[in-house]
Amino acid sequence: MRTFGSPEFLFIVYALRWTLTLTVIAFIGGGIMGIVLALLRIARSRVLRAVTTFYMQVIQGLPLLVLLFLCYYAPSLVGLEIAALTAAAVALTINSSAFLGAIWESALRAIPKAQWESADALALTPYKTLRFVIAPQAIRLALPSTVGFLVQIIKQTSLASIIGFIEITRAGQLVSNATFEPLKAFLSVAALYFAVCFPLTQLSLWLERRTARGGART
Amino acid sequence: MSVVVAKNIHKSFGALQVLKGVSLTVEGGEVVALIGRSGSGKSTFLRCLNGLETIDAGEIEVAGHRMSSKPAELRKLRRDVGIVFQSYNLFPHLTAGENIMLAPVQVKGLSRKAARDEAQRCLSLVGLGDRFDAYPDMLSGGQQQRVAIARSLAMQPQVLLFDEVTSALDPELTGEVLAVIESLARDGMTMLLVTHEMGFARRVANRTIFMKDGVIHEEGPSAEFFSAPKTPELQAFLRSEVG
Ligand SMILES: Nc1ncnc2c1ncn2[C@@H]1O[C@H](COP(=O)(O)OP(=O)(O)O)[C@@H](O)[C@H]1O
Repeated sequence: MRTFGSPEFLFIVYALRWTLTLTVIAFIGGGIMGIVLALLRIARSRVLRAVTTFYMQVIQGLPLLVLLFLCYYAPSLVGLEIAALTAAAVALTINSSAFLGAIWESALRAIPKAQWESADALALTPYKTLRFVIAPQAIRLALPSTVGFLVQIIKQTSLASIIGFIEITRAGQLVSNATFEPLKAFLSVAALYFAVCFPLTQLSLWLERRTARGGART
Repeated sequence: MSVVVAKNIHKSFGALQVLKGVSLTVEGGEVVALIGRSGSGKSTFLRCLNGLETIDAGEIEVAGHRMSSKPAELRKLRRDVGIVFQSYNLFPHLTAGENIMLAPVQVKGLSRKAARDEAQRCLSLVGLGDRFDAYPDMLSGGQQQRVAIARSLAMQPQVLLFDEVTSALDPELTGEVLAVIESLARDGMTMLLVTHEMGFARRVANRTIFMKDGVIHEEGPSAEFFSAPKTPELQAFLRSEVG
């Protein structure tokens, strides 16, 4: 039997890149889909609003674990074998898109109608209004919650361990099984999550204070 | 040449009929004041002139452009019509100078250099030549409103609309904004202003219009309009405004 030493610890540390890879994919993928969702939601079309509301409510109402199982097992129905990384990336992307979409939608809606109106009156096109007037203000408003949600994604990647994807939680499990020292294994895992999340949480708080101070400036 | 032609404008918000057939022509270089009790439809009428409100019936032609519901056509009209709002509505994330440069660069395609010079010129015109780099929240209400005027001027509009631009200001800041408008009048700018400043309307406007219940109730050259109002309603209104 092995004892918990530096090789075991390093094994967990190396798995961190998979936690981060998954996080980056989910954040970028979910971010792109989230932007599209947020824009569709503030569009005038009633159909678009209905469709996006349905999508967001379904996803937000679904436990992430269930979504993950669906993404992992559904392809096998049509005879496809998919990698745990792919399934986890898809599930986390879909999940993030619904939440980021909601965060950004509310930021866009928080910009006073008078700002759209002034831009309209200056003959800016809707795209340029969004690009130069609305988005810069909305991004500033949404930044604290966006960074906050990024921390959520990091923690959510731990669920991928259940379908056998080796990120740090799964790595901790493996080390724990091999060494029978679950406490050391999972304390290491916890320390790594903390090391990654803590700076981001602080950043989010700082951004929030800055926004609260009211400056809309960049 | 007529810069603004509005014929028989009707406008309702749901069941509320706000404009019940308003017709108005403004010639180039004219300054026209719109007065009346709150709720009489003055702002709504003004906003119809640059398409911020759609009309239910009637015809509008401004600066040679017919009012259109087509976005591209509407933008052509808006390039030539400036509007200044009661609450300034500057873009808070941009400096005074950037606020002014935005539309000339993005709408007219001016180079940044040309737009910067133009913005500087417009800021100087409103007496804020030294505040180019100030953000709106560093400026007083009166200064913000002057930047908003400069922002409209930078598009070199053929007509400027003012929607109660001093109503949100403390009395001591009202004067500086009115002085800017007065200097524009002297320079021959065509302007249509909704205002509560009777003395200003009388002094600066060539013509004053009294709106009541969604129609033009009385109008005339400002001097006579204020010294010898004809209808009892206008007489009562002017008494209440002075008293
Ligand atoms: N967007 C709107 N929706 C519904 N009612 C409106 C809207 N804008 C203005 N009104 C109503 O139209 C009437 C005329 O308003 P307004 O044109 O602002 O009058 P004034 O400028 O003379 O005070 C008011 O009763 C006001 O409540």
